[in-house]
Amino acid sequence: MNAIPNGAIDCDLHPAAPSIKALHPYLSDHWREASVLRGMDELESIAYPSNSPLSARPDWRPAKGKPGASLDMMRQQALAPFGTRIGICNPLYGVQLLFSEDMALGFARAVNDWLAKEWLDAEPRLRGSIVVPMQNTEFAVEEIERCAADRRFVQVLLLVAGDTPLGRRHYWPIYEAAQRHGLAVGIHAGSTYRHPVTPLGWPSYYTEDYAAQASAFQSALTSLICEGVFSKFPDLKVVLLESGFTWLPAHIWRLSKFWKGLRMEIPWVDRHPMEIVRDNIRLSLQPVDGPPDASAMTRLMEHMESDELLLFSTDYPHWQFDGDAALPDGLSAELVRKITVDNPLATYSRLTERPA
Amino acid sequence: MNVQTRNAPVVAKANSNRLMTADGDIHPGRNPGDMAPFLEKKWQDHLATFGSRLRQAYQKGPAYPKSQPYASRRDSYPPDGGRPGSSLPFMQQQLLDPNHCVLGILNATGDNGQAFQNREFGTAMCQAMNRWLVAEWTGKEKRLKASLVVPFEDTDAAVAEIEKYAGHKDFVQILMLNRTSEPPGQKRYWKVYEAAAAAGLPIGVHAFGFGGYPVTAGGWPSYYIEDMVGHAQSCQAFLTSFLIEGVFERIPETKLVLIESGFAWAPPLAWRLDKLWRRLKEETPHLTRAPSETMRESVWFTTQPMEESPTREHVMDAIEWLGWDRLLFATDYPHWDYDDPDHVLPVPVAEATKRDFFLNNALKLYRQPMPVPAA
Repeated sequence: MNAIPNGAIDCDLHPAAPSIKALHPYLSDHWREASVLRGMDELESIAYPSNSPLSARPDWRPAKGKPGASLDMMRQQALAPFGTRIGICNPLYGVQLLFSEDMALGFARAVNDWLAKEWLDAEPRLRGSIVVPMQNTEFAVEEIERCAADRRFVQVLLLVAGDTPLGRRHYWPIYEAAQRHGLAVGIHAGSTYRHPVTPLGWPSYYTEDYAAQASAFQSALTSLICEGVFSKFPDLKVVLLESGFTWLPAHIWRLSKFWKGLRMEIPWVDRHPMEIVRDNIRLSLQPVDGPPDASAMTRLMEHMESDELLLFSTDYPHWQFDGDAALPDGLSAELVRKITVDNPLATYSRLTERPA
Repeated sequence: MNVQTRNAPVVAKANSNRLMTADGDIHPGRNPGDMAPFLEKKWQDHLATFGSRLRQAYQKGPAYPKSQPYASRRDSYPPDGGRPGSSLPFMQQQLLDPNHCVLGILNATGDNGQAFQNREFGTAMCQAMNRWLVAEWTGKEKRLKASLVVPFEDTDAAVAEIEKYAGHKDFVQILMLNRTSEPPGQKRYWKVYEAAAAAGLPIGVHAFGFGGYPVTAGGWPSYYIEDMVGHAQSCQAFLTSFLIEGVFERIPETKLVLIESGFAWAPPLAWRLDKLWRRLKEETPHLTRAPSETMRESVWFTTQPMEESPTREHVMDAIEWLGWDRLLFATDYPHWDYDDPDHVLPVPVAEATKRDFFLNNALKLYRQPMPVPAA
């Protein structure tokens, strides 16, 4: 098993809001009152059923309360064991799933302020992602502008499946704001469930729902490339979080074949899609949906055509691996160094800023 | 479509010795009026009055305009007139003879009744398609076999059509489309698969279809290229549904052939499903083994459009992981993204492997005899 070098940067940690009440101090009077008077439930997405074996590792479940809700436990379970120097927090509280864009903005603000106060203020190793209400692009940009001054926010956080494919032009002000502020755009597994998670309708089993997330990422990547996001925003870094990565080479082989045949339809895509991926797309390490043998993993890494694409992640507290086996077999020591340290630093420009 | 990749020039055609081929995906074309002798008068009138009414916006033509008329090669128009693929003599001359094709599988896709909103009309059109296929194609050219067009959204009607043709030598497969109106492993479809298994026929799942849902989990994309690339995602959902619902456990003789949706995505999907199945087993107690094991035995893939890796030999790893015996060569004639047998394999491979890839895998799956080469 590969050893993790000192100073690893964990790009996918999930601090959990213990309850909707925990957000009350950060909600405006209006939304706090509304949430009480209307008896709002917890905004927990069906993407992670609370007791599912994937939603938290058994040894990472607290005796009571939600996995990921305690900073002390995150320190002990996620930061210390891997020697993590910096951890990026991606809250998954389901504010993007709301139908009311006003309510979504109110709750997104609360999540971001809660994260800054209760996690980033308390633990200097942590950085944050800005949760934005994708229901309304103007609101999303407004929230980016509000939070971007806090340099501990290093990324804008989106869900992979929403109302419309992520490359669509009406989202571009979000990408413009991210690029202008030196923020990466992180796209995390999860859906707003506006549409079925498969193009064939709603599947029967949770297993299928989770499996389908990888396909949702493939479609989102197709959309980002074909709509020309990276022709317009060449400096933008998009990070696919909890996406899996072993599907990437095959997907680009198919996309690039059609690009060769159909590029007259999207003339602004003036480079091979693999080159765009190399410049603009990064993927978190976990989950590793890998081949059973290490030699095949080594081959797969060659298929990626670049050693700069993967970023170390534990996906804490979700289950993706047991013990401390966060790295798959089949990676060279040099590649491990790139994945755990160099690539995250090169992706998130704010990580290398000197403190103000 | 086979494009030369940049990093290694081809010195010799990978199949330059002109092996016999089987072609897993040929599209017979139809001209206006061709179906009239095969469709009852009342349904001809219905078609003229109301159209075929798919779950899409436009009366005619695809919602994502194709890159060229009929999505076809510009050299595929028969010299005597008519649409691409509509002339058997020209198909023989342009496709079957030069490719040494000894077994061609006809997939009559397009406006074929399978996804009409009016299911009674759809069933009538499927029946007409099958009559037409025998009368105009397989009855006239013994190298051609057909996939049976069934109205799979109407279980009883689909089962009846399968039972009607069970044992008919010209039909070697049941045709479905990969965009179903519900996940295809679900219970409402099982009787169709039971009938296929009873008839000893594989289920061939061709790209396209009109289930009515957005073609991505995040909504409708903008471009034809996204629609085309998206068949790989639709097929991943199709295969996942079959595997996780336990169709192969429930109906062990089921054979699934995924047509025109690629194959290199399948090994990573299998790795993902195996990992999830091990972790979430308690949700799917009806599964008796790892999804990858089932896939390795019961699922095949046609090759066109063959994935092309920037570094030529990389796609060969994907084939090794999948298994050479899983692949069925196909051209997709007369469509624009036709794969040429001379160029489809990016690097030379062993003679025996090539014979399996181009011919033997298909003969075995479709239970066809090895043809005796002409003297």
